[in-house]
Amino acid sequence: MASTDIATGTLERHGLSDDQLRAIFRNMLLQRQLDNRGFQLNRQGKVPFALGSEGHEALQAGAAMAFNRGLDVLAPYYRDLGLCLGIGLSPYEILLSIFARASDHNGGRQFPNHYSSKAAGLMSFSSILAAHLPHAVGAAYAIKYRGETGRAVLATCGDGTTSEGEWHESMNFASIHKLPFVMLVENNEWAISTPLAKQMAEPQIWKRAAGYGMPGRRFNGFDPIETYAAVKEAMDRARSGGGPTLVEGTCYRYLAHSTDDNDMTYRTREMVAERRKQDPVPAFEAVLIEHGIVTAGDVAAMRKSVLDETNEATDTAEMQPYPQPSDLYTNIYEGAWQPWQS
Amino acid sequence: MAVVSADSTVMNNVEAVRATLYEALKNDDRTVIIGEDVGARGNVFLITKDFVAEFGEHRVIDTPIAEASIVGIAIGMAMEGLRPIAEIQFADFIYPSFNQIVGEAAKTRYRSNGEYTCPLVIRTPYGGGVRGALSHSVSVEALFYHVPGLKIVAPSFPADVKGLLNTAIDDPDPVLFLEHKKTYRLIKGEVPNGHYTIPFGKANVLKEGTQLTVVSYGLYVHWAVEAARALQDDGLSVEVIDLRSIRPMDKTTILNSVEKTRKLLIIHEDNKFGGIGAEISAMVAEEALFHLDAPIRRLCGPDVPAMGYALPLEEEFMSSPAEMADAMREMVKF
Amino acid sequence: MSTRKSELLGFERHGLTDEQLIAIFRTMLMQRTLENRGFQLNRQGKIPFASASEGHEGVQAGAAMAFARGKDILVPYYRDLGLALGIGLTPYEVLLSLFARAADHSAGRQFPHHYASRRLGLQTISSVIAAQLPHAVGAAYAIKFRGEEGRAVLTTFGDGATSEGEWHESLNFAAVHRLPIVFLCENNEWAISTPLALQMAQPDVHKRASGYGLPGAVVNGMDPIACYAVIGEALRRARSGDGPTLVEAKCYRFLSHTTDDDDRTYRSRDEVTARRKDDPVPCFERLLVEHAILTPEGAEALKRSVLEEANDATDRAETMAYPAAGDLYARVHADGWEPWL
Repeated sequence: MASTDIATGTLERHGLSDDQLRAIFRNMLLQRQLDNRGFQLNRQGKVPFALGSEGHEALQAGAAMAFNRGLDVLAPYYRDLGLCLGIGLSPYEILLSIFARASDHNGGRQFPNHYSSKAAGLMSFSSILAAHLPHAVGAAYAIKYRGETGRAVLATCGDGTTSEGEWHESMNFASIHKLPFVMLVENNEWAISTPLAKQMAEPQIWKRAAGYGMPGRRFNGFDPIETYAAVKEAMDRARSGGGPTLVEGTCYRYLAHSTDDNDMTYRTREMVAERRKQDPVPAFEAVLIEHGIVTAGDVAAMRKSVLDETNEATDTAEMQPYPQPSDLYTNIYEGAWQPWQS
Repeated sequence: MAVVSADSTVMNNVEAVRATLYEALKNDDRTVIIGEDVGARGNVFLITKDFVAEFGEHRVIDTPIAEASIVGIAIGMAMEGLRPIAEIQFADFIYPSFNQIVGEAAKTRYRSNGEYTCPLVIRTPYGGGVRGALSHSVSVEALFYHVPGLKIVAPSFPADVKGLLNTAIDDPDPVLFLEHKKTYRLIKGEVPNGHYTIPFGKANVLKEGTQLTVVSYGLYVHWAVEAARALQDDGLSVEVIDLRSIRPMDKTTILNSVEKTRKLLIIHEDNKFGGIGAEISAMVAEEALFHLDAPIRRLCGPDVPAMGYALPLEEEFMSSPAEMADAMREMVKF
Repeated sequence: MSTRKSELLGFERHGLTDEQLIAIFRTMLMQRTLENRGFQLNRQGKIPFASASEGHEGVQAGAAMAFARGKDILVPYYRDLGLALGIGLTPYEVLLSLFARAADHSAGRQFPHHYASRRLGLQTISSVIAAQLPHAVGAAYAIKFRGEEGRAVLTTFGDGATSEGEWHESLNFAAVHRLPIVFLCENNEWAISTPLALQMAQPDVHKRASGYGLPGAVVNGMDPIACYAVIGEALRRARSGDGPTLVEAKCYRFLSHTTDDDDRTYRSRDEVTARRKDDPVPCFERLLVEHAILTPEGAEALKRSVLEEANDATDRAETMAYPAAGDLYARVHADGWEPWL
């Protein structure tokens, strides 16, 4: 739940304005709407694959609000729909990716959810867990190398990724060189079917920070304001030369890993239903209404606007052409692609 | 071959790498070198000796022992506008970074449809003949040349080292630059002064001949030329081609030669099965079958995991000029 | 924890008998002698390569004394000459490895100091740093899987190895499964030319243990008795099913990395000289003599005996045959080696 001061009943906003709070909420609604749209399209047989992020909405919207557009760099993973929207990607760009159209940023080559946008500072990444983290560290090195203050790299990953060797190597290098790098772990307790207890012996990931000589903290990832505060503190530290931070946001993965996963094979409905009580979307709605930042009418209007935007993006994107077969051969190298050169 | 003139300097392969890296650091502020022991130690072959004093620790970066992230961090630097030259201390240590090379660097431009690119050079010493045993002697080109999105070169002469390394440094795409460690100090040659590049995908005819085409690269190019010259005294005319560039590879030079000599012998140090020779053989069989008067032959490393530390094991693994001469003679006489 | 401080009071032996203390000292002497022998042979042009381990004698002899022969498994790295000797490898086997003879355990294939001995429980390793750690974890898993009590895996590595992804992955897995394994870091402060400050942001490797949910311990790596105690305790925990421990032994690398390295290019003579004051070999000799566990004559006799044994091993190993060229093709698979059938 959001950080409401019990005694006075006031909302701890950490400097966020009403507009910003509403923007955070809208982002959460949009994330959930687009998530669902992906699943719908898959069920309709229109797209072969979808991967959801329900449970991450507060974490991602809050983190996005702490990101400085045009300055910071984002190195996300494939469950960061909300974060990508929050830093400026449009629903249309999302749908182009889902539909794998030619005008998608990646020309329809990447899996859905593997967004990239040079303009938005969103680094291209693959499906390989943790492979993007050394890239994020390298980008942070470049920023520091050029003496650019006011810029930092926000890298994200799930709990599972923290077991990867490259997670460790990235944290180590970033800490040695005090790079402008923030490692945001979105701990949703599941790596496909692997629960936290099988992933690590110490379930509080932020505790590893001390071993790298960097600050670490944990926050409630179901609370977008607390998220914003934690990520902002870390990003500010990074931007001003204070070095890297490990921040861990706790949340939960409500859905299966993707449309190719059946989570009932490894957890129970009751387990998930119990955690649904913490669903950040209705929870934040309740907070905003309680503190008079939105009315029920506002929320209805927001939901409608989000749905309209999603529908329009869907319809337009669906009409776009696929890449041509000849597009297979472009952008392998800058020049010729044939391995045998005449 | 390098032109011998007043505007060139004699140096060995190590010196050629060193001189080229030095110029790259001097001429482009975006250039950084990243690897193990490249700073104070100056690289284990002294290639970057004194670089850190001149260019600073931020440009000549001593990394922790972490090969996956040496390449991965370099990729990130490249994506964010630097021009990193990563070093893997010995090719035998490259395997932890295999995913970063083939799954990430090779695909960056492709998967982002050109929005993100990866101008990265990965340099590594490879090859045997230095008593390096199981973990300091392997050849790795066959593992990587298969991968679209990578470029791979393996120069044998100092002049080629400089020209190809300059091309690699300028290349907007990832390049694996293979340096045969035995040639580091063994091979000397004239290197033109000043900046120049040699394009990828261009082989070099080291010695002309009419009765047999020999294609090779790396250390063995030198042995092959030695063997061919010895056979010359017996009246046998063998043409030796130095591939220099493995991906892309020079089709025209190979086919022109085969059409002339009508016989092809491929010699490489790497294991035979699935090595570079296999691709060359397939290409020539596809495109020049009726120009051949003999089956294509490959004289290559044996298909064992690596050369052992004991001298007889290393010698058994490696091919000598005498063995190469025997193979050449047999083919000419076929 | 320095045993020198307790010299004044007697010293903490942690249950070690005089014989054991002398055995520890002998292992340390043999390690130093054989290491020097490797360098000598290299300088004489008889062998192309040798690697160094001066400064590690205390931790390795202490660890070896805590190792349960016939039960435990050792997965070392290439600087563990003393550990290998301490668990039963003979000087002759070491010299066979230096000389790359056919009778060597690897039939002359491996670099020197890459020992393996099934009989001793010494697993085969490569030169690739940290690659052996997942193997050690797997061996520990096998032990636990079969329900074998009283057995543990001791795996060792340097400070540099702790930066490798595989180090991280290994500790994590061992912790999740509470495996019978001890991770021993021989922190000698140098990874070839990379000093600790460039290897990690905070210098205490053992402080990473809690992040993995493992206990961590630190010990003076120059003190063989302290090492015996701390490593012994960790091994006991592992053998009795209480899971893994990360032990950091702080020592120092007095020489260059190997005969192919020149440490004068990256560190000062003053630093090395200053650290020589902690040289574990003379320090332990002093301790034993001061506490009358050895007389000065006894110490000299021990050194002579060690030297004789080293010389004998050298002479015998040198006369042995190299592997035959055809041996290159043997033992690639269980049978056959040819890829085309």
